Formats: sequence, C-alpha cells, structure tokens
Amino acid sequence: MEHTKPMVEVKDLKKYFKTKRGMLHAVDGVSFSISKGETLGLVGESGCGKSTLGRVMIRLLEPSGGEARFWGENILAYPARKMKEMRKRVQIVFQDPYSSLNPRLSVSELIAEPLLVNRVYPGAAERNRKIAELMDTVGLARRLINAYPHELDGGRRQRIGIARSLALSPEFIVLDEPVSALDVCIQAQILNLLNSLQKQFGYTYVFISHNLSVVKHVSDRIAVMYLGKIVELSDYRSLFSEPLHPYTQALLSAIPLPKFGKKRNRIILEGDVPSPIEPPEGCRFQGRCLYRQEICTVKTPELRELEPGRFVACHFARALVPAGGKGQYNGERTVS
Amino acid sequence: MEEKRLLLDIQDLSIRYETEGGAVHAVEHLNLSLAPGENLGFVGETGAGKTTSALGIMRLVPSPPGRIVSGKILFEGEDLLNKSEEEMRAIRGGKIAMIFQDPMTSLNPVITVDKQIAEMVLLHNDMTKEQAEERAVEMLELVGIKRERARDYPHQFSGGMKQRVVIAIALACNPVLLIADEPTTALDVTIQAQVLELMQELRRKINTSLIMITHDLGIVAEMCDKVAIMYAGKVVEYAATEALFNHPGHPYTEGLFNSIPDLDSDEEELKVIRGLMPDPTNLPGGCAFHPRCPYAVEECSRTAPSMAEIEPGHFVACPVRARPYLDRGKQGVE
Repeated sequence: MEHTKPMVEVKDLKKYFKTKRGMLHAVDGVSFSISKGETLGLVGESGCGKSTLGRVMIRLLEPSGGEARFWGENILAYPARKMKEMRKRVQIVFQDPYSSLNPRLSVSELIAEPLLVNRVYPGAAERNRKIAELMDTVGLARRLINAYPHELDGGRRQRIGIARSLALSPEFIVLDEPVSALDVCIQAQILNLLNSLQKQFGYTYVFISHNLSVVKHVSDRIAVMYLGKIVELSDYRSLFSEPLHPYTQALLSAIPLPKFGKKRNRIILEGDVPSPIEPPEGCRFQGRCLYRQEICTVKTPELRELEPGRFVACHFARALVPAGGKGQYNGERTVS
Repeated sequence: MEEKRLLLDIQDLSIRYETEGGAVHAVEHLNLSLAPGENLGFVGETGAGKTTSALGIMRLVPSPPGRIVSGKILFEGEDLLNKSEEEMRAIRGGKIAMIFQDPMTSLNPVITVDKQIAEMVLLHNDMTKEQAEERAVEMLELVGIKRERARDYPHQFSGGMKQRVVIAIALACNPVLLIADEPTTALDVTIQAQVLELMQELRRKINTSLIMITHDLGIVAEMCDKVAIMYAGKVVEYAATEALFNHPGHPYTEGLFNSIPDLDSDEEELKVIRGLMPDPTNLPGGCAFHPRCPYAVEECSRTAPSMAEIEPGHFVACPVRARPYLDRGKQGVE
C-alpha cells in the first residue's frame, strides 16, 4: 500500500461548452490521481473529452467546476500571477507539430521562447548553452539550430515541441497525442525518447492517445474515457488482460493485431457515439451496450473501486449478462 | 494458357514526379500481380509510393508533374497504359473502383447521397434515372444505411457513415477490382472495426479483388492474402501474409514490426530503425535502405538488390538476408 501523497489529484472536474443546441458536456465530473514519476494513459475515441481534460487540468481552458490539485494545492483557484509561476512546472506537448510551431521562428528561437517569456537565463550566452543542451537532450542535431520548421520532418518538429516543454524544467507534462501524426518508425523513436527522459528526469506524464497499443506501451495506469466520463481506470496489465467495462472490452477487441492467425472474438459495436450535448441521465454507453438493463437507462453508474486500484463505472461489472443473446466477451485473444 | 488467369499484372512500372528540386522517383520498377478474388495489402510509410502506384493503375497520376515513365499495367490481359482517356473513364468506377482515405473530402457536400451513388450508376449502366436511384437506395441498404436517410446530405452523417456511403459508390457498379487507399485511417477504432467487417462481408458477397493500401500491419493481418512492403518507391518484400508475418525477410520489414508496441508483451524500449526516410530526390545509391540497415555490407551501397525468391512465393530484395535461404536451397538440390 502506498502512503505517499499523490502528486496530482483531480476531483469532479467539469468542462462544459455553450453551443446553440445546449450545453456540451466535454468533461463531466472526472476524478483521478497521479503519483510522482508515473504515466497515466488517457484513451478514448474522438470527442470523448480526453484532450479537453488534458487542457482543463493544467488550466489552458478554464474549468466549469471541480478541482485540480498539484502537491495538495488547487491550481484552478490560483490568482493569475501565481498561475504564471505554476505554468513553469506543468507543460504540454501538442499533437500536431505542423501547426503548433510558429513557422517564422528558427529552431533556436522556438526553444528560446519559453526561456524569454519567463525571463530565465537572461544572458544570451547562458541561454544559448541551455538551448544547445535541450537540443542534445531531445536528440536534435546542433547543425539544425538555424533551421525553420518547414525544413524539418514531423519527428524532428515533434522533438522541438518536446524541447520547448522541457525548457523550464517542469515536473508534470501533458502529452496530447504526441505521436499520432507520425509514421510508425518515427513514432517508435519519439516513444523511446519520452521514456528515457522520464527515467532521467523523473517526469510525471499524462499521455493522451487514441492508439491503444501506444498507450499500453507507455502507461503505468490507464483511464478509458467515453463521452466526457472515465468508464474504467486501472493498471495497464489488468486493463488489457481483463477489461471490466463493456466499452473497454469492445475497444480492445477492435484493435487489429499485427500478427497472423491471431483472431479474437471481435465485439462490433452498433451505431456511433451519441451527442455530448445535454446527455440524458443514465449510463452514457447504454445505447450501444450489449449488456444493457433497465437501471442503465435511468441511473448514471459511479466510478467505483471494484478491487484495490481497479475502478469501473458500470452497474454490472463482473456480472454482465448479454441483453439480446449476443456473443459474450471472453478474455481469450486466440480463437481459431 | 495458365490455369489461373491474372486479373492485374503490373510489369516494371516506374512513375516520376518532375519537381524543381529534381526528379522524384515515386515508383521504381514495380512488379505485382493479383489473381481474381485475391486481397493484396500494400504497406509502407508516408512517401513510400503506395498511393502513387494506386493512382498509376487508375491512370490518375497528376500530370504534370507526374509521369509514367515505363512499364505495363495489364488488367484482364490488356495494357491500361495503351487505353484512350475515354476507355479509361469507362473502366474507372466501372471495373476498377477506388476508395480514398478521407470520406469527408471525397463526397460532394451539396448533393444528397443517393444522387451521388446514382450518378455513378448512370455513368456506367444503361438505366433510367428512377432505376439508378432505386439501385442507389439498394446500395445504401447493403452498406447498412437505412432507406430513409438516402435523401440526406453528407454533413448529416458521421465519419463512419460517410465512409459507408463512399464504399456504396465504389461498389455500385460491381467492380472486379477495388483499390482502397487507407480507407479507415480517418476513423476511430470501433468505427474502423465496423467498416472493415463491412468490407469483408461485401467482398464475400460480390467476390471483388482488393488492393488495400495501409500503414497498419494489423489491418493487413486481418484482411489480406498477400502483402507487398514498399520502401522509397520500391517493393522490398512480397509474400503471402502468413509467411511475411511469421518470418519477415527484409530488414526494413523487420524494423517495421519492431517499431510497433506489442500488446501481448511488455517491452521497455522499442527496437527502432535508425535514421530517417531518405530524400526522394536524392536516394542513396545501391539499396535505398542501406544507410539505415543493421545488416548492410559493402556491396549494399553499390548494387541495387533484385528480388530473390527465398521460399516459393516469398520474395525479398535483400541479397544479404536471402543468401542463407538460397544456399540452403542449393544444398537441398545437391
């Protein structure tokens, strides 16, 4: 049992957006905690609120409610000046290294930007030494120091994004789909880099991705999101070997495995993700769930700790009975 | 007459783009064949030449700057490169259909989906407008879209549903060959599963051959009988899916597999391919992969490798890796 206080505690965090058709519940009452040096994976499909959650918890977007405590203090209540200090310690790397870098700035200017904005390393010589050091850290050849983003490939651009986020020696980094725009070989290089940086500097990561094999590779624990809510949260091994929520089960079964002859009992979900605008009471997943019962349409299931460290938001976890006699999930991957 | 007539037989196809920075050798000496009803996976990273090859088959390579420099594309025994534009127009969408990656941009936003399908049907069949529209509704039902939604516009559908409409258009004229260029890359994984399932089911129903262009080896394992791995404009390995997945021959193929995080085991570090894709206007001499290859020997920088058959039907363009197999083969004969 761990006695150390978690580094990050998110409590009942909410972010609603006003739209013409009503309130869009992007993040709807999410709670979790992260220990120092840990990687929490955040997975879900487009529109499930994972990126919004990543932004709200470090206050790039103002929340509609809830708390995000870092080292015990709720940064969502911080006044502006204190928040600015805080920003040095929490950073973010964005998905698209094509649109998140200013095309008119060279590599050295891009990496210098956070240093200048926060007035650290005011002396040019010292700053240049820091820039060179950061380029070494993320594996950018020093000869590229005067290159512009358009001259570089996606992998190198993403290395600039990472160097920028590391410039102020943060403790906590939100990685928002950092490898999704990259080819598999470059993706592998960046994943190895993030892993070795974490070992070297003890960073704490939130790793947001829709790619389940990537998330499994990098994460200690994984939270699965569906329509603004966490439906399951568990260590990565249990999540992949025995998913408890029907949505997690379907999601895992849908991954095409790059292995021959490994066919699984695929659960094909019917229909699409419903609208997050003014969602009705009840389980968000019930419309597509194979195990729906009456209670699911009226009562929203809480995220409960089924056993130590394994959280699931389903009324019938471990007691799923198929509603229409459709195939039941069996944990087996190999079915001939 | 061979017992199995080839549906598609590409011989020595080379396609170039003439750019200000020099000629880009997008496709170099491509040889591929496809029997009726067969499924071929076409795998490679961005810029490997997969899409250009597909556009070449359809004779849709934008020209200029693109140019088909040499080769033959025999389709049902006839060379597509000798066809007139008018003949090609009858083939495209008729006997050969293509599905593009992004369903959001391949549909016309101001025309209802039934009309878009009917347009294709009318173009290739002698039918009245009413018959074509009825056929459109049938096609929509085939891909799982209800009759009531036929008069809807593309923006009223979700991404997965739009891709279904695109598939309905592609299959409306019963093509014998379907080329799908990353058909599920823009979709979420549960929706991707729906679309792949649908494509499998439809293929069984109408017995179309399929060329599946993808970067996802998982999709290949599920959908394809044969695989061609492309690197810098060339096919470096070509084999039955089972052989390629169980014992990949080319160092690049091996590197691709090692780059994918494994769901069934824990590994700290991924074994990456060192370096980057080469500049397409300035490819390394000899084997284009040799600067990144852990097995490279001196000869690799001098001689461009040719395809060697290491096992029946398993071709590898790497003399270093092929040698042990070929030596073993010789001993077997002696």
